[in-house]
Amino acid sequence: MSSESYAMNDLKTRELELALDRGAEAGKADHGVRMRVEDLSVYYGKLRAVKNVTMSVGTHKVTALIGPSGCGKSTFIRCLNRMHELTPGARVEGTVLLDDQNLYGSGVDPVNVRRRVGMVFQKPNPFPNMSVRDNVIAGFKLNGVRDRKTLDEVVEKSLRGAALWDEVKDNLQKSGASLSGGQQQRLCIARALAVSPEVLLMDEPCSALDPIATAKIEELIHELKEQVTIVIVTHNMQQAARVSDFTSFFYLGELVEFGETGKLFTAPEKRQTEDYITGRFG
Amino acid sequence: MISRYRYRKFVEWANWTGMLLCIGVSLFFLVAILGYVLVNGASYIDWEFLTAMPVPAGETGGGIANALVGSFLVVLVASLIALPIGIGAAIFVNEFPSQGFGRTVRFLAEVLTGVPSIVVGLFAYALVVIPSGGFSALSGSVAYAFIMVPIILISAHEALRLVPDSLREASLALGIPKWRTIMGVVLPVSSRALITGAVLAISRALGEAAPMLFTAFGNSFWNVNLTKPVATVPLLIYTYATGPYEDWHRKAWAASFVLLVVVLFTSVLTRAFLRGKSNE
Repeated sequence: MSSESYAMNDLKTRELELALDRGAEAGKADHGVRMRVEDLSVYYGKLRAVKNVTMSVGTHKVTALIGPSGCGKSTFIRCLNRMHELTPGARVEGTVLLDDQNLYGSGVDPVNVRRRVGMVFQKPNPFPNMSVRDNVIAGFKLNGVRDRKTLDEVVEKSLRGAALWDEVKDNLQKSGASLSGGQQQRLCIARALAVSPEVLLMDEPCSALDPIATAKIEELIHELKEQVTIVIVTHNMQQAARVSDFTSFFYLGELVEFGETGKLFTAPEKRQTEDYITGRFG
Repeated sequence: MISRYRYRKFVEWANWTGMLLCIGVSLFFLVAILGYVLVNGASYIDWEFLTAMPVPAGETGGGIANALVGSFLVVLVASLIALPIGIGAAIFVNEFPSQGFGRTVRFLAEVLTGVPSIVVGLFAYALVVIPSGGFSALSGSVAYAFIMVPIILISAHEALRLVPDSLREASLALGIPKWRTIMGVVLPVSSRALITGAVLAISRALGEAAPMLFTAFGNSFWNVNLTKPVATVPLLIYTYATGPYEDWHRKAWAASFVLLVVVLFTSVLTRAFLRGKSNE
């Protein structure tokens, strides 16, 4: 891609940010920029998986990342809470700002970053050695919090937040692995919500679920954005259109287009975006 | 066409019979050993044999109480040394991968399992017995620990490898530091396999006589002092079996029987315990 089109994307990002900032000034809680990514590139050894991406994430908005397999969207989302560092040989250039702090600044502990930016994975991964209750409060227990009253409150609040409370409230001591796939995924969402993150990253959270469980999670995402900013990777364009406020289209490691979801799906500015969302490739 | 079919049926049958034969031979050895020890040893076992001290050569009666306690003591101390080292090393190799180093450690552990136990005994002799000025239970524990560490390391490494990365990621993504992830998620999830490996190592050590020859040395008297020589069951079997008295030979068989039962029970009980645990 030419440097000119990077500049265009940057310009677009600024425009959206200005709009978001105006909202914030007007005193609306659900406006403003929560995360800003500037000129981010990710390498696996010599391979450059994400190329000079600049975009921003609006506070209490849902931002969807779409694009064909291998386009770098999963790699990108894992940079937002420094999870990609667990992959041997991965390396990052550029900045990721959460509010005004650079997550890649010197002296920033990835452990603290991950407390503020939570993550839900593609396959439900409850801890098999723990009960439903212990799974929800794993983030507290493994960090040494033992106060029963606080923990009980967190369990109920998080499970309600993940729309799972009514289904499991009588079986909190059952193993987390004994739930159905969709319940397990909502348990993982509850577990991530329990530590009250500011941003919740979801890496294809519905790809291992049936349509009913998927619908429940989508509904949940609508409710969750009241309390948390969401970034979601999805293969399903209908899903992106249904749940998100903003959408980024990635292709071959580049951010092709970033904009409001309604606009991007009805009147995409780039030819590649249009081809992808109309199913001509990918 | 027909003959081709018959030929294939024949090959099928021949292979099946061959494998059955192999199973038969391997089972035969197991049953033969168990049966022989049972026939020769079980009749001698009584309460006195398990709880009395040995009597001087030539007298009948007496038991192996000191050797039972000695074996227990030496293996217990060996486990206390070997378990943290073996599991700690396995955690390092698996959870902190650095290209060549982990593989080298693993390879060395595999080589170490092949070192003859008599050589391990000699090494413990040079390392502990000579500097400390005498045979001791502790030197025996060190020798056993040398045998146990590589077994524990390899089995623990396999156990940790089976823990899916998605669980480590789930924990790290909650802002849980790596060491707490290891202690709170990785080790509990792999605990069944870790325990199985530890029991395997303990069973292996329980039956080794060679490393005890010039370390724990043996003792006809009661001793639970780690700095003094101590009797162990395999050593006692060795002494009695090579001795000149008929009664000693029978005691050697009886002690072998006790050893077998202890080892079998340990592994059966562990299995039962782990099965119960998995049903929770």
